[in-house]
Amino acid sequence: MDTKDLDARTYADLLSRYIETQDERALYGAEKISKSFIRKNILPEEIVNLHIQALLDIYPESRDQILPSMNFLLEAMISYGLAHQEYQMLREKQLEIKSEIQVAARMQKMLMQTEIPEIKGLDIGVISVPANQMNGDYHHFVKDKDGSISIAIADVIGKGVPAALAMSMIKYAMDSFPASRMSTSTILASLNRVVEQNVDPGMFITMFYAQYEPKTGKLHYSSAGHEPGFFFSKKKNRFIDIDAKGLVLGVNQNTTYSQSELLLEKEDMVILLTDGVTECQKDGKFIEREDIVEVIKKYMHLTSQEIVNRVYRHFERLQNFDLRDDFTLVIFKKVV
Amino acid sequence: MNLQIQIDSKNNLSIVHLSGEIDVYTAPKLKEALLPLTKTHNGLVEVDLEKVSYMDSTGLGVFINALKLSTEHDCKLRLVNLQDRVLRLFQITGLHEIMDLNSTIRGVDE
Repeated sequence: MDTKDLDARTYADLLSRYIETQDERALYGAEKISKSFIRKNILPEEIVNLHIQALLDIYPESRDQILPSMNFLLEAMISYGLAHQEYQMLREKQLEIKSEIQVAARMQKMLMQTEIPEIKGLDIGVISVPANQMNGDYHHFVKDKDGSISIAIADVIGKGVPAALAMSMIKYAMDSFPASRMSTSTILASLNRVVEQNVDPGMFITMFYAQYEPKTGKLHYSSAGHEPGFFFSKKKNRFIDIDAKGLVLGVNQNTTYSQSELLLEKEDMVILLTDGVTECQKDGKFIEREDIVEVIKKYMHLTSQEIVNRVYRHFERLQNFDLRDDFTLVIFKKVV
Repeated sequence: MNLQIQIDSKNNLSIVHLSGEIDVYTAPKLKEALLPLTKTHNGLVEVDLEKVSYMDSTGLGVFINALKLSTEHDCKLRLVNLQDRVLRLFQITGLHEIMDLNSTIRGVDE
């Protein structure tokens, strides 16, 4: 006897028991068997059919009354059966897509892997968390031959798969740059041309690009419409916006960028972020940039990695662990 | 939150009144309404953002798209009455330098 017949038998038994005794336990049995039906993908009209057979066994003399009414119900259930089959199909499709995105997310993670380089006298911390599976934020570190370090942080409009695809393009464009160091403004201008030629007219990327020279303590930087970072001056004991003007990447082919300079002294700190940080909300209201500074101040005695971790956890909690946008925060501190 | 779009057009001038939030969910609706207008040769499209309380980067993307199209078609695009938070987004991204952002609004009959 296959399990379907077994279920049919159980169903008939439960039904006759319930008609006779109205025993709650029979109802419980019905609940259990309905779950088993769903697991085995039994359609609603098949269940009605089971019911008809069972009733006919119990009341063979009422065949003429039972059959027409039940056949009517059977017909009425057919569309539900079709809808259920469609639902099953969609569920399978969805699982398929989900696993494909998982593979893509893993690939992206591998592609985007960037190691925090060891730079003497510089303490670097970074956290980047996607709102969904794929990350539209990007950051990377490159240590140049002359001992300086390049730091890029970028944000693609939107999120999810399209943003991640655009990010991969940026990554390859940057990898193809010559080994000799270019100025931050030249790098943004070149990237802008790549992006402008290769993206949808409504797509754009914001990027902040910086180079730090440990020997001189100088930080050169340019911005392509990126959310301004903060500079903490130990001497002044003050946080200052790192203001750098420049158009986002991908809008105008001939855009040029300016380059600015900051001199880092011991215990000065640079904070770079994406708008996933500034667009955090508390009770339906956006946080202010000052709120971010306040949180950083609270943890600034820790190492850079500890600071970014704590700040992230703070805002994650603030939003009930539901990120609306990809969140990236980079902090570096001059320690000697 | 939703986005209401009301368009008044006369000859080559279109005024688009927006009200609500422009985000990843409402941006497609704005795109559908706005982009065809920016293809009016020698036209002027004015977008009134007075009642737009929030816009994210997806919304900026729609306006960048509209700007590119309007340049292609010799059409003027002007954004008016931006709230501070929305204006800040245009300033940070450098778009205020290449877009016509004006604080006054004209009527269709002017």
